[in-house]
Amino acid sequence: MAIETEISPKPLTKSDFESDQEVRWCPGCGDYAILAQVQRTLPDMGIPKEKYVFVSGIGCSSRFPYYMNTYGFHTIHGRAPAFATGIKVANPDLSVWVISGDGDSLSIGGNHFIHAIRRNIDIKYLLFNNRIYGLTKGQYSPTSEIGKITKSTPMGSLEHPFNPLAVALGAGASFVARTLDRDPKAMVEVLKAAGQHRGTAFIEIYQNCIIFNDGAFTQLTEKETKLDNTILLEHGKPLVYGKNKDKGIKLDGFKPVSVSLTDGKHSVNDLLIHDVKSKDPVLAFIYSQMTEDPTLPTPVGVFRAVENNCYDQDVKTQIAFSKEKMGKGNLKDLLHKGDTWIVS
Amino acid sequence: MAVESVLNLEEVTIRLAGDSGDGMQLVGTELTNTSALFGNDVGTLPDYPAEIRAPAGTLAGVSGFQLHIGSFDIHTPGDEVDVLVAMNPAALKANIKALKPNGVLIVNAESFDEKGLKLAAYTANPLEDGSLSGYQLFRVEMSSHTKAALRETGLDFKSMERCKNFFALGMIFWLFNRPMEYTIKFIEDKFSKKPLLAQANILALKGGFAYCEATEAFVNKYEINPAKLAPGKYRNLGGNEAIGLGFVAAAQKAGLELFLGSYPITPASDILHTMAKFKNFGVKTFQAEDEIAAVAASIGAAYAGDIAVTTTSGPGMCLKSEAINLAIMTELPLVIVDVQRAGPSTGLPTKTEQADLLQALYGRNGESPIPIIAASRPADCFEVAYEAIRIAIRYMTPVIVLSDGYIGNGAEPWLIPEVEQLPAINVDRHINKDQFYPYQRTEDTLTRPWAIPGMAGLEHRIGGLEKKNIMGTVNYEPENHEYMCRIRAEKVHRIANEFGPTEISGADSGDLLVLGWGGTYGAIRTAVEHCMKKGMKVSRVHLRWINPLPNDLGDILKRFKHVLIPEINLGQLSKVIRSEYLIDAIGLNKISGLPFNSKEIENKIEAILGGSNGHRN
Repeated sequence: MAIETEISPKPLTKSDFESDQEVRWCPGCGDYAILAQVQRTLPDMGIPKEKYVFVSGIGCSSRFPYYMNTYGFHTIHGRAPAFATGIKVANPDLSVWVISGDGDSLSIGGNHFIHAIRRNIDIKYLLFNNRIYGLTKGQYSPTSEIGKITKSTPMGSLEHPFNPLAVALGAGASFVARTLDRDPKAMVEVLKAAGQHRGTAFIEIYQNCIIFNDGAFTQLTEKETKLDNTILLEHGKPLVYGKNKDKGIKLDGFKPVSVSLTDGKHSVNDLLIHDVKSKDPVLAFIYSQMTEDPTLPTPVGVFRAVENNCYDQDVKTQIAFSKEKMGKGNLKDLLHKGDTWIVS
Repeated sequence: MAVESVLNLEEVTIRLAGDSGDGMQLVGTELTNTSALFGNDVGTLPDYPAEIRAPAGTLAGVSGFQLHIGSFDIHTPGDEVDVLVAMNPAALKANIKALKPNGVLIVNAESFDEKGLKLAAYTANPLEDGSLSGYQLFRVEMSSHTKAALRETGLDFKSMERCKNFFALGMIFWLFNRPMEYTIKFIEDKFSKKPLLAQANILALKGGFAYCEATEAFVNKYEINPAKLAPGKYRNLGGNEAIGLGFVAAAQKAGLELFLGSYPITPASDILHTMAKFKNFGVKTFQAEDEIAAVAASIGAAYAGDIAVTTTSGPGMCLKSEAINLAIMTELPLVIVDVQRAGPSTGLPTKTEQADLLQALYGRNGESPIPIIAASRPADCFEVAYEAIRIAIRYMTPVIVLSDGYIGNGAEPWLIPEVEQLPAINVDRHINKDQFYPYQRTEDTLTRPWAIPGMAGLEHRIGGLEKKNIMGTVNYEPENHEYMCRIRAEKVHRIANEFGPTEISGADSGDLLVLGWGGTYGAIRTAVEHCMKKGMKVSRVHLRWINPLPNDLGDILKRFKHVLIPEINLGQLSKVIRSEYLIDAIGLNKISGLPFNSKEIENKIEAILGGSNGHRN
């Protein structure tokens, strides 16, 4: 069925995406920054406003759709990717964005998270990772570190955390990226890249929970420590980082190691060159593991962006093919199919 | 040729039983189709084990198919079995109780060897110890005869042996004077890529027929005249298939695409299988990662403008509850099918029950009213599925369709409806942009507008948090929540205004009203008709909608001295009726995984009415 649309008459601005609802996150919450960057990025995507749908699960982050002046659906805990799948399959013409948190995506919604990625449905998936449960007031989450002391783990958490990017890559993600709530410029770049990707675009956003896990990412976001503790992945460029761009990452076997570019032993030619389009996910997986190593910087930016079949498009194609092959379905013929007899 | 007497029967019930690898469901279905095409009315009861493959020859592996053939309008798969075919000792042991005294018993005699008897836990051979003297026993060496018939094919012995189900079917065809042509065509189609197997099965079928013709084994041959059904064009239709057809028909009439989100579960999977073939009708079938994803994706599709359905059975229904509540809160059209099976938990996955009624009514958090429509027989599933979609869209609400394993797997002749005469399903998307609010309501039906993503100027947010009426914004005011709870209930209540007067079979007042719902239809109808013939003042009402209940039901119930409610559960509708109307309804409850026999209901009616006509059966 044709859906009534019209081209928005004038170029869109950030304010076109701001709803009339008062934003209610704790003062200082990282969610504000993410909301602002999303609202800032969407006008540049060239998509009419009415084609955006924001779908969320449950949690602090999942209030997000109420604050966007687009179509929005605040659903049930952990299942946002499943709702988004139905929306996108029903109408592949829509730009569907999933907003979720670490508990929502990786705990209760782990199953739907991996299956959306496996099917490569053309949705944008923003995972706000603050490594804590905010809305239920401070329990450990599937990304909390071992030993985390919280209300539900007074003697420390015993569970191994998930590495969200590794989980996504393991499920076959065609696009994965990471960004930080306190780095608006980099976030806009990553959001744009995700918006242009056809397929499931997964972005992990490190986000500060000022109430229950304040400072979890300080090393990665504060001016003094940031440049030595993060490394920006840029397509086609060597992996250089540090305040003075004086360090780099090279591969020792399968193991990434940090080397100095000033001690005369290594030059930029020894470093890994980032390739977001590599068909082989191994390098992206190695980058994802760098997060676990305290001697290495945390990669941010786009890890991987490869073209692959999208489920929603394939459904559409199969239906079109079926109509071509069998002819457009005729209800009368269908009801009268098979052996029939007449009683007079 | 043997000269046999031909007995004309009004009805006959045949049960074919064998090991689950013996192909009993296949030949049972063929016998059904042939009988339906011959013009008889038919009712079926497939009964197969839950195990994919229990050890061959054991009681756990017995698979049966019961078929009731009538020369009149019949309503059940038959109370007692006239003819039992037992392919092995286990099948005999599991089914002999159902056979009428002096009924025809055909056994595959060769399987009653030491090994077969041991597997079925027989201490003595029942063919020899006189325990079957109350039946007309026919021992047939089916394996040898089948092999003899297939000698020229060059097949190996094992493959030949596997054709003996068609040998048995050939015998039944002779015995009941059925034409073989439909089955021969079926075999040719089924094995079109394996011509040798096609030839073998046809030879086996003809072999069974010829065996009866030649051996004078049987004294009688039977004839069942075509039934006098309402005029029109018919086809044989199974319940699950009928649901699929009903959905496609509704989507076509509404001019929308259809989305089915489902996760495989017995006995509902066949709806998914049926609909997966309808891609050229714009049907999108989504096999989700689990039940929750299935219903969630369907709600997403409904939100985005498709006709959305999700299908499942009892345990899957439990998993869907939270998402169903979201559909209630967001007031989106969605149809949820529950093909009920015996529970709780995994229960008896292949056996029938109607014990999910209270779950459907109340199995969610909060005040969460939902319309519930119940199918009463296989062909009825078409109308029920269609009507569920019509109401879901007209009232912007999820609707639960209750079917059950007995209806879903059963089949019967279906009077094919005229496409033009199917009720209209109107989707109104002419929404005034200047005055749009997501929860503004139409006056009569209290329906909110179905604005969908992609429509410019109507951008809005919905979700599971309570919404302010009309505005649709998140709202925590106590008065608003109370108002919204009441308005959601009132919306469902108003659906009853669509129903015509409740149809009462029999007088509109009397000694006893038998009130039924769902798959008990046939057994209740047969029982009540028998009692009416005996002069009892009994009437019958079969509910289609269970929520809301018909507006006139309370008055009807009060016009009868007694109300009897037979159910395949421990009294779920009874609870509802008692609390709703404060009447002392009597329950007749069975919970054995099997449908009612009409006799069971007849006996209860007579017991209530004090054994009218001086006797009780």
